[in-house]
Amino acid sequence: MRKFDTKVQHLKYKVLREVARLAWEDKLIENVIDIPKRLVPGKEPTMRCCVYKERAILGERVKLAMGGDQNNPNVIEVIDIACDECPVGGFEVTNACRGCLAHRCEDVCRFGAITFDHNHVAHIDKSKCKECGACARVCPYTAIVSRKRPCQNACKIKAISMNEEKAAKIDNSKCIQCGACVYQCPFGAISDKSYILNAIDILKKSEKNPHGGSYKVYAVVAPSISSQFSYAKLGQVVTGLKKLGFHDVIEAALGADMVAMAEAKELAEKGLLTSSCCPAFVRYIELNFPSLLKHVSHNLSPMAALAKYIKETTPGAKVIFIGPCTAKKSEAHLETVKPYLDAVLTFEELQALFDSRDLDIASLEEGVLDNASYFGRIFARSGGLTDAAVQAMKEQNIDFEIKPVVCDGIEACRMALLKLNKGVLDGNFIEGMACVGGCIGGAGCLTHGDKSKSDVDKYGREAFEKTIGDAISLLK
Amino acid sequence: MIKITICIGSSCHLKGSRRVVEQLQKLIAENNVGDKVELGGTFCIGNCQQGVCVTVNDAFHSVTPETVEEFFAKEVLARV
Repeated sequence: MRKFDTKVQHLKYKVLREVARLAWEDKLIENVIDIPKRLVPGKEPTMRCCVYKERAILGERVKLAMGGDQNNPNVIEVIDIACDECPVGGFEVTNACRGCLAHRCEDVCRFGAITFDHNHVAHIDKSKCKECGACARVCPYTAIVSRKRPCQNACKIKAISMNEEKAAKIDNSKCIQCGACVYQCPFGAISDKSYILNAIDILKKSEKNPHGGSYKVYAVVAPSISSQFSYAKLGQVVTGLKKLGFHDVIEAALGADMVAMAEAKELAEKGLLTSSCCPAFVRYIELNFPSLLKHVSHNLSPMAALAKYIKETTPGAKVIFIGPCTAKKSEAHLETVKPYLDAVLTFEELQALFDSRDLDIASLEEGVLDNASYFGRIFARSGGLTDAAVQAMKEQNIDFEIKPVVCDGIEACRMALLKLNKGVLDGNFIEGMACVGGCIGGAGCLTHGDKSKSDVDKYGREAFEKTIGDAISLLK
Repeated sequence: MIKITICIGSSCHLKGSRRVVEQLQKLIAENNVGDKVELGGTFCIGNCQQGVCVTVNDAFHSVTPETVEEFFAKEVLARV
């Protein structure tokens, strides 16, 4: 069964797996330098110009797997030597242009950037072109293409540019760490830093280890896990986590239930609210709309809210969040969240962790995972948070007419925030999710696809508790 | 002060820990011992097979929604 969407993810996974394997055995320091050669043996290159470049790049991947550049506060980093320096020409006319008579491209261009040579073949005047793409959309031969780098295309907030050597460069003052570029770069030249070594260290020293300490380690898993590890059952993933050394596995969706109740109350009080679950969305507001920060919900994210509860009820407990999100890695470093989280992993990294211990999760017995309600679980997809907020209003008998604006992806978030800033937003609650589709579109997912949403909804319906109130009544 | 802790981990949850919590809350109110008994939750205690897992001042008890009244009379009320 296919584990990853792309070969780039597979490569990154292999590096993580090797690093993790050595770390479990306490042999990382002596052997770290041999990992690239172990993954690319022989003399025949399979990916790049020569095996030496392949190994050099793998060396950089090993560094990222071990936590990356400590001097760079961003959890997303560019591997300069892996960047293929893709063309950056913008819109160009290709030789598919047949020199037709209609000249739709010329008519649709509002900037007069299209001219024709004596063969009626179109040309784009770069000094006039605004890169709107209208010409490309109307050409009947699809002869006009965008030569934009996949990373720049993926980065809707325009945080990626080129450095002097034409390699991709991330502007840390703009980056929201959503990871869209990580998933889209076809050369795997942009990657998220991994905290897999921290996680292994925490697990090794826990009470489950004969020589370990006296604390328990809790895995808090995001509800989007229901669309992942499709080759096994969720209950088997839970058993796998316990075999890795986690004491218990708890749904972050229970934190979502807590947040839904609190956010509904806060919305009714303030009259206008933007959600605070998605760290990339919150960061986007901080960087671009500081005047709107007062509308951001003061509630912790579901991850942090649940982690806080665990730490308060179980003294000494360590909490590791496992989800689809690269931005959560940076959220865990915030002063307000730091006390509750000990490490953040992605589903990609969890797969590497399983395989570093040779755990074939599809062959394990099924454990159980059931803490949250339907509504907490559907937070994983766009629109779920809003459904939960509406339900939470109802359950708490709050008389408030919620007018939600569901923003699916950072571009939609941007539009809603622009309107809110101008005072013309038709709504009083913004659900902001930086990834298209919601968390199921996150960069740390093993697989992405149309089925993910129905997987989440199905998982939601399977919840033992049907109302938010019933799910969180246990917490008091 | 008697401290009752109920496991709200997945396994105990599915075995009815919410109903146990609700009934305990009711019994505490009915018997007017709210100032002497403290109710709290925790995640997995590690005795899933015997769930719903409940501890009274750190002593382990296996309780079900059906046996909660008996448990309350014997282990809690008797000590108040």
